[in-house]
Amino acid sequence: MQEDKPTGGDVNAVIQIAEEKKKQQRDSWSARLSSLAETRSKSEFAAIFEYFAPRVKSYIMRLGMPLATAEEVTQEAMLSVWRKCHLFNSTKASASTWIFTLARNQCIDRLRKEKAVEYELPEEEPDPDQRDMAEHSILEERMQVAISGLPESQAQVLHLSYYEGKSHSEIAEQLGIPLGSVKSRLRLAFSKLKAHWGEE
Amino acid sequence: MNIRHHFDDATLMAYAAGTLPEGMALLVACHLHWCPACRDRVKHAEAVGGALLDSIEPKSMSANALDDILSRLDDEQPTVDVSPTQSVILPKDVPAPLHSYINTSLDNLPWKRLGYGVHHIDLNLGSKGTTRLLKIAPGVSVPHHTHSGNELTLILRGSYSDEIGRFSAGDVADLDGEIHHQPIVDTDQDCICLIATDSPLKFSGLMGRLVQPFIGL
Repeated sequence: MQEDKPTGGDVNAVIQIAEEKKKQQRDSWSARLSSLAETRSKSEFAAIFEYFAPRVKSYIMRLGMPLATAEEVTQEAMLSVWRKCHLFNSTKASASTWIFTLARNQCIDRLRKEKAVEYELPEEEPDPDQRDMAEHSILEERMQVAISGLPESQAQVLHLSYYEGKSHSEIAEQLGIPLGSVKSRLRLAFSKLKAHWGEE
Repeated sequence: MNIRHHFDDATLMAYAAGTLPEGMALLVACHLHWCPACRDRVKHAEAVGGALLDSIEPKSMSANALDDILSRLDDEQPTVDVSPTQSVILPKDVPAPLHSYINTSLDNLPWKRLGYGVHHIDLNLGSKGTTRLLKIAPGVSVPHHTHSGNELTLILRGSYSDEIGRFSAGDVADLDGEIHHQPIVDTDQDCICLIATDSPLKFSGLMGRLVQPFIGL
């Protein structure tokens, strides 16, 4: 006797469970990063390090840093996680996004020898965008799905910009297309991502 | 502040990806300081980076990396969070990121005369492109010009008008080579703006057309 083949519904259910698991993972990193500020626990930091350092290193290597420097800059970025974790606000970003910005700034300092300019909120103005943590991870999950669904030409400029640190002019030169086309591809990609983000 | 002109999404994505030269990143940070709508868009653009970091293929760290960093933690002091109440009162036309570069009010800057009705301060950032403050007198018009590369302008005080519209304090003009325009200062007040470009010092764009007649290039 033959067993019934799994139906499409079951497959979807499996995908849903996998996505749910990823979302929980993301939530838990944000929660653990938030609590690190209070506990200053080295074992907690070690857990965060084990997950994020290899990702940060991979990102830094793609930006074009040689292996030895990439490892050193990753250590600097992870030390800034320890120094700045009390500034992490899970209502504003997920742990991954926040650590991405720290690694990015470290690379601007090291690769270009420039100062990374951060924006500051004006005095006494509450930030209007108070999403809760769970909402953030849902949004990022959608963001990932949306990125993987972008047409090749848009995904390519997105990767060259974020992962290879190329300026729009450098991308235009590399792909042999006008600067305006690079920007319009990025604009199109961004509007698709925003649609998934649940706005506009 | 009633802001009507904002950045192109592509510019905010470059800021989030960390690929803008320092001067342009400074200008973006200044506008963000004033503009909640663009801050929101930057958060989305940064989340693209977060999503990419989540899906990246990890590269393992060397065997002693964890021990090494754990041994360094005790020497690291938490970064002091400068709360708004501690910070100095800034002039309302100098956004905080700019203040850390000029450390004074716009009126106290050692403005250098470029020519009739035009003064400037070069921030001398030494990065790719140029970053300057420009002070233009009422009624002064800039010759019709186009741009090569990207040029960002943030109005700090006063206003000007061109074919695109009227730009006043807080507004940004986010232009590239496709735009032709002729700005004119349209009130009885000086217009002070921050201008940043990403092309190497090549006298073109708004700055170039202003400077060319006066320094003979």
